[in-house]
Amino acid sequence: MELDLTKARGFYKQMLLSRRFEEKCIELYSKQKIGGFLHLYIGEEAIAVGVMNALSKDDAVLATYREHGQALTRGVSAKSIMAEMYGKVEGCSRGRGGSMHLFDAKTRFYGGSAIVGGALPLAVGVALADKMQKKNRVTVCIFGDGAVAEGEFHESLNLAALWNLPILFVCENNRYAMGTALNLTQSETDIYKKAESYKILSKQIDGMSVIDVAKATLRAVEDIRENSVPMFLECLTYRFRAHSMFDAELYREKSEVEEWKKKDPLIVFENRLKEMDLWSDIDVTDIENEIKTTIDEAVEFAENGTLEPLEDLERFVYSEVQNG
Amino acid sequence: MDNTTTYREAVKQAIRKAMSEDERVFLMGEDVGHYGGCFAVSMGLQKEFGADRIIDTPLSESAFTGAGVGAAVNGMRPIVEIMTVNFSLLALDQIVNNAATLLYMSGGQFNVPLVIRMATGGGKQLGAQHSHSLEGWYAHIPGLKVLTPATVQDAYDMVGLALADPDPVLIFENSLLYNSKGSLDTKAIPLAIGKALVHKEGKDITILTYGINLFKALESAQILAKDGIDVEVIDLRSLRPLDDETIIKSIKKTHRVLIVDDGWKSGSISAEIMARINEQAFYELDAPMARVCTVEVPLPYAKHLEDSAIVQVDKIVNMAKKVMGEL
Repeated sequence: MELDLTKARGFYKQMLLSRRFEEKCIELYSKQKIGGFLHLYIGEEAIAVGVMNALSKDDAVLATYREHGQALTRGVSAKSIMAEMYGKVEGCSRGRGGSMHLFDAKTRFYGGSAIVGGALPLAVGVALADKMQKKNRVTVCIFGDGAVAEGEFHESLNLAALWNLPILFVCENNRYAMGTALNLTQSETDIYKKAESYKILSKQIDGMSVIDVAKATLRAVEDIRENSVPMFLECLTYRFRAHSMFDAELYREKSEVEEWKKKDPLIVFENRLKEMDLWSDIDVTDIENEIKTTIDEAVEFAENGTLEPLEDLERFVYSEVQNG
Repeated sequence: MDNTTTYREAVKQAIRKAMSEDERVFLMGEDVGHYGGCFAVSMGLQKEFGADRIIDTPLSESAFTGAGVGAAVNGMRPIVEIMTVNFSLLALDQIVNNAATLLYMSGGQFNVPLVIRMATGGGKQLGAQHSHSLEGWYAHIPGLKVLTPATVQDAYDMVGLALADPDPVLIFENSLLYNSKGSLDTKAIPLAIGKALVHKEGKDITILTYGINLFKALESAQILAKDGIDVEVIDLRSLRPLDDETIIKSIKKTHRVLIVDDGWKSGSISAEIMARINEQAFYELDAPMARVCTVEVPLPYAKHLEDSAIVQVDKIVNMAKKVMGEL
């Protein structure tokens, strides 16, 4: 992967957009503009940006309930995501899903799933359908370290390997399943080794480095396309914020959080660009301004959005056209 | 028309027809291929259609059912076979949290045209982990459709109806019915999902039932006829949606109702039907509504105990007489 100035600027902007978007969400949540749960991705942005940039438009993405960054980077519009958080009908899921269930058929974004591990079988099926229809597409399934404890993780990895499905499993290992540390729940804490035991080519990479993630994903996606095999990336990362807005963070030391903040993906990338002599050409102020405009417009769009009429409450329990 | 087709053969013929006509259709499940299906429904189909379309799965109910959901949202028309309803509990997450919710949660973007078939019901001394009837329980879930074919004709028709439906449909095949024989007209226009069928008209009391108990109800009706009780027997066919219209119409005629349900009483489909009659036709009733259900025990192995736990003709006859005020 050649990292030219355009690409570098793009990566930086996407990571910063995800960061600033969620900072705005915190503000709106405290003003009760956003309800329900709000799981922040802050600290983990390098993974979404690295992964999404390696995909083509036709590929499919399945994510978790911590998916604002994935959706934004995949190309779901900031406006439709913000409107979704506001519960407006202009939202990407018509206000039916909320923060945890962003869906977008146009970008083949099959949602935020809020059952830990629950999207893995689904991803297997999406990839199986592509294979059966002889479509040379990749399905990416993103999940956390918590999912590894679920039976569905193991069942799905086995099926993907057994059936040679074109699927990329991306584990965002942020070390905690909600508030319980990985070493308290797993006998083997190197998650990629579990995938290896299913004969899936697996790698553990630095999830704080967008370049590392992008390179590893590109290589994996090329392999998958060429050979129709599953691949597995374990991205070591860290969640800077609480699990959700209701978490007192009693389970980890502040010093640990501070240590990881030194590896902030934005800082790591900035340092890398400095080494490459590209940083001085990155117009950070312009980028911040562009992002501010995007977010302001998204908030305005959401504020001006409409509430779905109550008579539509029962729409979409079943399809409206009865012949599939 | 003859009476020589088995229920098993009818399901198989319907699957074969669907797979021949639509290359998006495939079947997956435990032992559906090399073994020929736990109840021999798919015997020979793997030879005919190949291992890519009749897919043997590991014992991973959650993963292969979820894979069915994923394949359905991505252009295919999967039929997932789960050996028994008890095993389907291992796939509940995928059925309830994904198949039933995706369309709604995505604001109408992702429908799930998935068919899940499974065997249900007791009566074979298979104990408490192979014998239950949980179809009424699934009928609680918005987003699902729940079909209970009783006749050979419905065993055939419902596969096609379910595959043509854009949303997830669960088909519950009572395992004691696989060997039953009946007439099959493959050219007949199938009765739509959500329509109940009046199998026998009568004027004194309505028996509402589904699945294998349809035949026990019809037998009961013959016995009751000797006592001068003219029974109307309705096969619900679909537990979700329920055909309120046909149910209420019959009650307006007979003014008495007995519900025969293979599930347990508490929180059952029979309780739901009673509630609907109460809401929609209370003043039509000439007697309190009654029901015959499975006794509230995990089904036992010993034959005399199991027989006593499940629905039997004499229980239906006695309860019908009670409703008629004759006991």
